[in-house]
Amino acid sequence: MKINVKLFAVARERAGTSAIDVELSSPATVRQLRGALVEQYPALRDVVPYVRFAVNSEYAADATPIAPQAEVAIIPPVSGG
Amino acid sequence: MISLTTSPIDASSVLAGVASYDAGAVVLFLGTTREFTKGRRTASLDYECYPEMAEKKLAELEAEARRRWPLIGCSIVHRLGHLELGEASIAIVVSSPHRQDAFAAGQWLIDTIKEVVPIWKCENWADGTREWVHPGLDNQ
Repeated sequence: MKINVKLFAVARERAGTSAIDVELSSPATVRQLRGALVEQYPALRDVVPYVRFAVNSEYAADATPIAPQAEVAIIPPVSGG
Repeated sequence: MISLTTSPIDASSVLAGVASYDAGAVVLFLGTTREFTKGRRTASLDYECYPEMAEKKLAELEAEARRRWPLIGCSIVHRLGHLELGEASIAIVVSSPHRQDAFAAGQWLIDTIKEVVPIWKCENWADGTREWVHPGLDNQ
């Protein structure tokens, strides 16, 4: 399945775009998404180990499943406030 | 009340939003753009966010603050986009019957926002370079 992943801040600038498609075998978890990102987007390799993921606007652990229609985002360490 | 805005924050209007005869205390926190960080000079800042999740997280934090403390009013406004030195990036205003609760809630809100709300700051350094601030991600 193809998952669309939103990108922000350093991840967006590294990839040169605000969203990417990642090919994953189904069923998939956040852990598999991390691996697929590193393989399919070498520009993100350095940042993937340090980021969190959001699935449907909620922080997701590595074991969290990703449904085909889920809204997924890479959340680099935040610096608001 | 939570709000994300690209317009300058008007602290007096945020304060007016929590005014109440039941309040004995109103605490306002403003986060402002600082010129020097560890000796490096900042020219300006840019903020971006994941809008849907940032609004959701801010609303959750307001609700949690209201559970923890007897607040009357609670408003959080975060600025996005380009900010010059001295401008406020965030305003947090809480009112409560007694000051201890307002101080505690305001402190907890800013500390927790800095940990969990998906908003990011880009430093536009005075030397012409720019850098996203990602605590813990130091190899960018």
